Amino acid sequence: MPAIRVVEPGFQTTVQDLGRPGCAHMGVSPSGAADALSLRLGNLLVGNPENSASLEMTLSGGVFEFEGDCLIALTGSDFASRLDGMPAPNWVPIAVKSGQVLRCGKTRAGARCYLSVHGGIDEPLALGSASTHLLAGMGGHEGRALRAGDVLRVAVPAAPSRHVKQVHPQRALRWLATDVIRITPGPQAHWFSADSVERFLETPAMVLEEFSRAAIHLAARRLELVRRDEMLIEGVCCGAVQVPPTGRPVILFVEPQTTGNFPKFANVITADLPRVGQLKPFDKFRFELVSFDEAREVLRQQEEWIDSLE
Amino acid sequence: MHAAAHVRTGFDIAPASDHSILVTLGAEISPEIHTRVRKFCELLARNLHDAVMNVHPAYASVLVTFEPRMADLEEIGAYLDALLERIEEVELPPARLIEVPVCYGGEFGPDLEEIARRSNITPEELIRLHSSSEYTVYFLGFAPGFAYLVGVDPRIVAPRLEKPRPEIPAGSVGIAGAQTGIYPLPTPGSLRLIGRTPLRIFDPKRTKPSLLTFGDRVRFFPVSPEEFEIQCRQSE
Repeated sequence: MPAIRVVEPGFQTTVQDLGRPGCAHMGVSPSGAADALSLRLGNLLVGNPENSASLEMTLSGGVFEFEGDCLIALTGSDFASRLDGMPAPNWVPIAVKSGQVLRCGKTRAGARCYLSVHGGIDEPLALGSASTHLLAGMGGHEGRALRAGDVLRVAVPAAPSRHVKQVHPQRALRWLATDVIRITPGPQAHWFSADSVERFLETPAMVLEEFSRAAIHLAARRLELVRRDEMLIEGVCCGAVQVPPTGRPVILFVEPQTTGNFPKFANVITADLPRVGQLKPFDKFRFELVSFDEAREVLRQQEEWIDSLE
Repeated sequence: MHAAAHVRTGFDIAPASDHSILVTLGAEISPEIHTRVRKFCELLARNLHDAVMNVHPAYASVLVTFEPRMADLEEIGAYLDALLERIEEVELPPARLIEVPVCYGGEFGPDLEEIARRSNITPEELIRLHSSSEYTVYFLGFAPGFAYLVGVDPRIVAPRLEKPRPEIPAGSVGIAGAQTGIYPLPTPGSLRLIGRTPLRIFDPKRTKPSLLTFGDRVRFFPVSPEEFEIQCRQSE
């Protein structure tokens, strides 16, 4: 079977699928692709089940040499990728010949680019998933980010699967734009003063350099607590916007701690989590508060669009 | 979405996001509320819902996350509400007892002597008190395999470090407030360190990566540095 040799790994490249549910009770968060929409689309473009293991590149991409012919797709952010020097565009399947070299560059916009390959990356499942959990050191390729010299085997394709021929880039990017991130109220939303919430929502927030798959720290207008109760530690999940005593919010992301003791002002809606996966340091964006009904409607529209792809 | 049927104080079911619901079962850290949390998780495990992705027990609540493409807040809310009605009928399996060797003091427990001084006892007395209590794993959280152990003797309660250590070696045992804990992996942390265990608390290569499970009883027993080395080699 074909293989992919990692010549250069890029800033942080990991094997990801759609994550590892069912482990929160042991303190292990689901992990999985930071931009699950791009991972799903990449897999559909190469005829894989949506959950197949792909490579997630962050801010700057890697250099990969293919051993054996492969069908690949690049999705998510445009990393100015080139295959043997020729432009390798995102959002279309690309036939790669044995010996060809894919060189992904620095991001032009957004934070993450996905490389999917027909068959998927062949890694043993850890508790049911191939996704790398960096803190736990589990899943993916030896539980860690890729290094130069790693060789990733490509799996034997499973039964024929839905195969999308192309994704209109503009349509896909509409779901990944990072100017507005929609949120619903969090469990402690009423702990914050109405005035400070209003100012917080009016003023753009900026992503700080403390940026990881676990948490995204923000510079934003200070959210003022009106309640000073000691909070008992409780469960937290992906997209929670929690406010530590500094008043500067943190978005807990795909590989977060599973419990926390800071009040949670809001939670990013599921349909906008892929946008969070495309936020990079110094990006500015606004939060928009929506109802649970709106959150459900947006997700329905997103799924309808994915289902309509041919 | 508030459960009308639950007039009992302290019970609440409310959305935490478009893909999670927080079930509050009390407002304090107590054995009674911990038992409720365990019973509720036991009910969840015995009555699986296809859309439920994760269950996060904590001191007095359970966060339930679900796949919002498979079910909505109303459906999961009704499911949780129906389970909550049956919480009293649950019989919990007996808790396991896990014995954890600890090499106290020295380089492994840099804060041991200070806690002893604060508590006006000798370091030996502190070790005796820490290793003679029986603790309960109230839940796991913060980091993979990290257990919140409740039951620290009031004589050795010590405040959390104001400035967390940037990296604590795996296996380190510490105290903060009424809680004691074992760091499963090298992470930052603010527990005051009193020793280290040679056991692998979290090992992703095991079928069950986490040594401790929610509800377990835990006892610590002191071992010498020599014994620590021998056990470290055995657990590799």
